[in-house]
Amino acid sequence: MNYVTPDLFPASAEIFMLIMASVILVTELVVAKEQRWIIYLLTQLSLVGAFALTFFTLDGQAVLTFGSMYIDDLFGDFVKLVLYFTVFVCLIYGRRYLSVRNLDKGEFYVLTLFATLGMMVVISASNFVSLFLGLELLALSLYGLISIDRDSAKSTEAAMKYFVLSAMASGMLLYGMSMIYGATGTLDLLAIGPRLASGGNMTVMLFGLVFLVAGLGFKLGVVPFHMWVPDVYHGAPTAVTLFIGSATKLAAFALLMRLLVMGLFDLVAHWQFMLMILAVLSIALGNLAAIAQTNIKRMLAFSAISHMGYMLLGLASGVFRENETNLLNAYSSAMFYIFSYVLMSLAAFGMVLLLSRAGFEADRLEDYKGLNKRSPWFAAMMMIIMLSMSGLPFFIGFYAKFMVLQSVVHVGYFWLAVFAVFFSLIGAFYYLRVVKLMYFDAPNEADANVEIDAPMDMRVMLSLNALAIALLGLMPSTVLEYSIASVHALLTLQ
Amino acid sequence: MTGFPLLSLAIWLPIVGGLLVLATGNDRNAMLARLLALIIAVLGFAITIPLYTGFDVTTSDMQFVEMLRWIPRFNINYNLGVDGISVLFILLNSFITILIVLASWKVIKEKVAQYMAAFLILSGLMNGIFASLDAVLFYVFFESSLIPMYLIVGVWGGQNRVYAAFKFFLYTLLGSLLMLIALLYLFFASGFSFSILEWHTLNLPYKPQILVFLAFLAAFSVKVPMWPVHTWLPDAHVEAPTGGSIVLAAIMLKLGAYGFLRFSLPIAPLASQALSGMMIGLSLIAVVYIGLVALVQQDMKKLIAYSSISHMGFVTLGFFIFNELGMEGALIQMISHGFISAGMFFCVGVLYDRMHSRQISDYGGVVNTMPKFAAFFMLFSMANAGLPATSGFVGEFMVIMGAVKFNFWTGFAAASTLILGASYTLWMYKRVIFGAVANKQVAALHDISAREFLILAVLAVCVLGMGLYPLPFTEVMHASVDNLLKHVASSKLP
Repeated sequence: MNYVTPDLFPASAEIFMLIMASVILVTELVVAKEQRWIIYLLTQLSLVGAFALTFFTLDGQAVLTFGSMYIDDLFGDFVKLVLYFTVFVCLIYGRRYLSVRNLDKGEFYVLTLFATLGMMVVISASNFVSLFLGLELLALSLYGLISIDRDSAKSTEAAMKYFVLSAMASGMLLYGMSMIYGATGTLDLLAIGPRLASGGNMTVMLFGLVFLVAGLGFKLGVVPFHMWVPDVYHGAPTAVTLFIGSATKLAAFALLMRLLVMGLFDLVAHWQFMLMILAVLSIALGNLAAIAQTNIKRMLAFSAISHMGYMLLGLASGVFRENETNLLNAYSSAMFYIFSYVLMSLAAFGMVLLLSRAGFEADRLEDYKGLNKRSPWFAAMMMIIMLSMSGLPFFIGFYAKFMVLQSVVHVGYFWLAVFAVFFSLIGAFYYLRVVKLMYFDAPNEADANVEIDAPMDMRVMLSLNALAIALLGLMPSTVLEYSIASVHALLTLQ
Repeated sequence: MTGFPLLSLAIWLPIVGGLLVLATGNDRNAMLARLLALIIAVLGFAITIPLYTGFDVTTSDMQFVEMLRWIPRFNINYNLGVDGISVLFILLNSFITILIVLASWKVIKEKVAQYMAAFLILSGLMNGIFASLDAVLFYVFFESSLIPMYLIVGVWGGQNRVYAAFKFFLYTLLGSLLMLIALLYLFFASGFSFSILEWHTLNLPYKPQILVFLAFLAAFSVKVPMWPVHTWLPDAHVEAPTGGSIVLAAIMLKLGAYGFLRFSLPIAPLASQALSGMMIGLSLIAVVYIGLVALVQQDMKKLIAYSSISHMGFVTLGFFIFNELGMEGALIQMISHGFISAGMFFCVGVLYDRMHSRQISDYGGVVNTMPKFAAFFMLFSMANAGLPATSGFVGEFMVIMGAVKFNFWTGFAAASTLILGASYTLWMYKRVIFGAVANKQVAALHDISAREFLILAVLAVCVLGMGLYPLPFTEVMHASVDNLLKHVASSKLP
């Protein structure tokens, strides 16, 4: 029997993460309640360590390992670097919120690390099996995270909803994967293209593709697979919503890119059309439904749906009439959109966490009334975040929309562009409404003199986060070039 | 980049200065904020003076050009420059900013630092709009100027300020977003360039020109504002604080007209000529119909708002009759309207500060208690009506002469403003100022203070000076207007 030890070195970050997660799992058994900060510190250190590992092993060569189930390429590395940073910031923001509610048990950090590990595996997957493995690791960890507040009926309900719908979506993904396996005879993403070229059953492939896109749509949270998004965002503890709203979007994007662009590129005309439908529906529904919300977490959930719709517009404008030259432009605009969305989402949910305190969730829109009087600095930060999300210039959100729009116009879909900007206008309303509440209204009686309960590291990080949104809006080239380099690495794999 | 970066200073000094004023903190330092704002406003104006004195009136080329690569991937550059059309507006903008800071000295008592900062930042952004030679840079400044104005109306405005602020923002945003699509189309049509000057030489075919013109029309007609998309202006003017009304009328309306000259006419000359009938028709409706609407107003600010729309109708009329008299007259009208409307709104502000009412019926016989004020108000009212020797006459007369040259009946309709303008302005003046003292509150009025006298005197000097000797203004714009007309005429329809 031939046993080949796989080359572990490319997967060093994942292995490190697994070891650290296990270490923390054991440590939290022996650590006393007052020393819980050790767990927090260890978790942050493991993220820093993973960042260092990935950063110092960056190289332009794509390396396959684990029987070509795992790929270590520049695209994956770049997304992972952003991922580590995102989770790091999530944990900073969530700490006070969790400790006030007595939720900062070791399990939270262990589950977060396992979820991150799952995302890392998804980002570096080059085979259906490893993709699914990573996805399920992420999903299972998320079930635990969403329901971590055992005494909250809302959280448990949200976790149940997420569990049922996620299981169904994973089932659909598997079904699609099995059809594609049936048609091509391989589970290897990089081998599907060549297999198709030498003859594969197109009908079965398309059938599989539809199920695949359905499963992907769920993970991304786009219409018509969006039903879980508002309920889970609302029901989960805000620290977990922050995690779902930012980090998992990165993984979902990487999932899309690996599956559709790397693996199923030969079917591009088909999945592009499907993504366009998903995009149009999401932009419309997300923007319209957000207007009616009175809870800011639900409002941000619907806004997330619409933002994912815009991102999909970028992906759907890659190929036009057999002319492939817009690939780099289109996919890098989608990646830029995700990066800027993650930055904005971190800051937005961070603000919700900032204003929360013991016994008070700060998730209703009216809790933001008169924030300018209570804390002018954070009102200004929130204004930056909201205006950036609506796509107003001088902030990075504008460039995200701009990149996607120019890609759409480049391939000639003018009506799509008009549609997108029209709903962007409708969307501007609910972001402006938050600015209105903060600046034009007087604070509620209950909140008027309450100090903001947040540690200094969170205040500084959140301020830097919001200022980064503004500064990157002045200098978007850095993020843009980063996105272009990543996508270029992915596109030149075959 | 040659020479001292005057334009960059003119843009960024007020913006950075505004942020500095914000840093002075809360209302305990209100006087510091006011003084700092005044110093920065004066400095801001001082910087723009060399733009006038160093301006070469013999050429229509761009002067004080600055060029830095900004987002190389998309060929977006930080490209600034002024010509005869734009340089005067930068001066006007910086000048009016000083007056606004002075005008708000005593009236604004809450959040003074934020108020002053908003105006300073707005001033810098508007300088950016006039100086931009790159389309994306123009767009960024154009849209982001909405934010400070939204805050000014919504935070320090009147009873119905929230409705007015939202209406203003969303209405203007709709137009701008449609313009964005046109900008993207032009980017691809011009071979990946965002340089406005390069777009002037594009020579697009007829049908795309019409579509591009309509897209620009959407944006600029809302800004000007033209009938029928003018309804946001009366609400915004009435609800804004005095300083807000002044900047809105004196500068922000000119942004739309400037857009026509910089974008619509040079890039789509065929379309401009083909649709000039429609544009002239809409302008005449604004002049005549809105003049009649102004006649029946009960609220002084609303009356002056409608009068502004009517005067801007003259401006768009002057643009689309395509002769030198008309175009120069329109530009003169833009500047003179800046002075006159600033004066009128400040006068109404003076009355409102004392009586807290803008209703004409609450006044009567103000001349008995405020004679100095009545004198100034008379001058501005006469200028608004277009009395010779005031600046209002110069622009109107040139446009009417140009219109008569174009078509007698157009000139005849345009000349009706001489009657209508006089009727609504003088009738308002008579009801408010002349006659017996109407009630106890009027009897208790005290005349203008030294600060108010200074502002009114400065504006009066400008109005009279420009009315008696408009040459310093006309000689600056002559070369650029000639160049523009030649460009439009060179593609004349037979």
